[in-house]
Amino acid sequence: AFFWLVSLLLASLIWFISVHLSDQEDSKLQYSLLVFGAAVSVLLQEVFRFAYFKLLKKADEGLAMISEDGQSPISLKQMAYVSGLSFGIISGVFSVINILADSIGPGIVGIHGDSPYYFITSAFLTMAVVFLHTFWGVIFFDACEKRRYWCLGLVVASHLITSGLTFLNPWYEASLVPIYIITVCMGVWAFFTAGGSFRNILKCLSCK
Amino acid sequence: MITFMNNSDSEEEPCNERTSLMSAESPPVPSYQDGLPASEAGEAQTHRKRQTGSSHSPNNAADGNVSDSGVPVRESALENEEEELTLKYGAKHVIMLFVPVTLCMIVVVATIKSVRFYTEKNGQLIYTPFSEDTPSVGQRLLNSVLNTIIMISVIVVMTVFLVLLYKYRCYKFIHGWLILSSLMLLFLFTYIYLGEVLKTYNVAMDYPTLILVIWNFGAVGMICIHWKGPLQLQQAYLIMISALMALVFIKYLPEWSAWVILGAISIYDLMAVLCPKGPLRMLVETAQERNEPIFPALIYSSAMMWTVGMAKPDTAARAPSQQTWDTAEDGRENHRSPSHSDSEILETRSPVPTHPIASLEELEEEERGVKLGLGDFIFYSVLVGKAAATASGDWNTTLACFVAILIGLCLTLLLLAVFKKALPALPISITFGLVFYFSTDNLVRPFMDTLASHQLYI
Repeated sequence: AFFWLVSLLLASLIWFISVHLSDQEDSKLQYSLLVFGAAVSVLLQEVFRFAYFKLLKKADEGLAMISEDGQSPISLKQMAYVSGLSFGIISGVFSVINILADSIGPGIVGIHGDSPYYFITSAFLTMAVVFLHTFWGVIFFDACEKRRYWCLGLVVASHLITSGLTFLNPWYEASLVPIYIITVCMGVWAFFTAGGSFRNILKCLSCK
Repeated sequence: MITFMNNSDSEEEPCNERTSLMSAESPPVPSYQDGLPASEAGEAQTHRKRQTGSSHSPNNAADGNVSDSGVPVRESALENEEEELTLKYGAKHVIMLFVPVTLCMIVVVATIKSVRFYTEKNGQLIYTPFSEDTPSVGQRLLNSVLNTIIMISVIVVMTVFLVLLYKYRCYKFIHGWLILSSLMLLFLFTYIYLGEVLKTYNVAMDYPTLILVIWNFGAVGMICIHWKGPLQLQQAYLIMISALMALVFIKYLPEWSAWVILGAISIYDLMAVLCPKGPLRMLVETAQERNEPIFPALIYSSAMMWTVGMAKPDTAARAPSQQTWDTAEDGRENHRSPSHSDSEILETRSPVPTHPIASLEELEEEERGVKLGLGDFIFYSVLVGKAAATASGDWNTTLACFVAILIGLCLTLLLLAVFKKALPALPISITFGLVFYFSTDNLVRPFMDTLASHQLYI
């Protein structure tokens, strides 16, 4: 969570500087700056995820060294899951908590011509984002571990695509549906990366 | 880190708050080789700070824990094997500290967000006489710096006073002081708090019920904190009084002064604990020489410590290894009736402090715990509460400060395990908190707001 916050900080710093250096009146420019800011933020998030991976790797070695049987008590997969989850939680919370706070208050959604489904789509999007971060975390760590750089690139690209899809936002069919498709795909991929398989599912379901 | 709490005399003097966390000194090697019970034997009042996150990280949802435990773990593990034992308990103790700090912050933030009273400006403490209503920025800055200087010097004076009292063994005076302070806190402030909460929610309550409730609350609190009681109840009371104290600070410190004071007090904390002539350090060392618990009422302890026998004289000397003291700030409100002192008192859970028992067999019950001073709680909560109260942006800032403080706490606990002596708990957390507050409020908020208005996600 801390790492995500730091990445957010840096990204907003960049955006802020760029906004102030540019013409405040030109709304098209502002919008494209926003897009730029969002893209930078996505990239920075991935960079920080990588940094976090490095840190955890070192921690893992340390833990393995001091533990009794020479093996770290937490596997890298667990760490990947936790890291992804925390990125997701802090990202989701930051995205949605102000909306939640406003939703308790008086007001009418969409009175200025925006979509009346703002709240509920925000809720679904946030959920998708949280899941996505978790899955990305798992896949990312595994890819770094096994040095499969194409996986890494795919994760980053899908993050960029997801963020880009949200730019289509009042057109909810175009943004929500693909994002959910991406979420499900990532979920399945992460599941297989983490070592699951059909047999595991069957075993789990039959409660062995 | 040592959090030092000075409880001032309830009539006159303000209390100072120092926060630091103290860690146990490393035991001499022989005791460790005897196994765990032997090492436990030597610690009459000592709690060992464990490095965070080593073997119990699955309990941690906080990533910081795991990452923090990594690097220092390797170094210390390479240095000596004793660390192994301590590290295993590390994560558990960090969690034990996370929970109360989080609870305190939640109480403070919830109150700030709902009860209007604590965000209204109704006067200032007598320790911050300069008002911040001046038109020019420079004047305001000057006033806040002056306020800070006054506040810090008050704190220094109180701390030195307390250390002197302790050195010259005026125990009765100190105990009386602490009891008066906690009386004030438990009764008066709870009454005010309850009154304001009831007002906010428009709940009618009659005086007899109120008196009954407050009397019970206060009486049980006094007993729990100063004498004996269930550990969880004691912890709950300590969290409550820290939250009350933090609320008072948030209400009565003007804005810029509050931030400058937070910064100054963490610098002071650093100096007071680490400098050889620092008052807090002298207090710790005196207490250790005399092999006594450091003030029974100023520290939050996360675990029960039963009496341990002192098998060896050298281990006995390592008495209070981890203590954090909080010095309570005495708050005086101009428009209210005089002198009530606020002090936080946290009692170490040692039922019988210095009762030497020869045999090792009676040592089984010791659970090592981590101690954090109440002043630490208070200042963390002040930071988060101020963020909640004054940040124009809402919850993002509050959350960011919260995460920053917790990470700072982790790092501090890590350092504690590495250095094994009393360390100041405030500096790292407060620095992170301040950095995150200002940067989130000014940089992140416009960014997130703009993103949210277009419903963009990053």
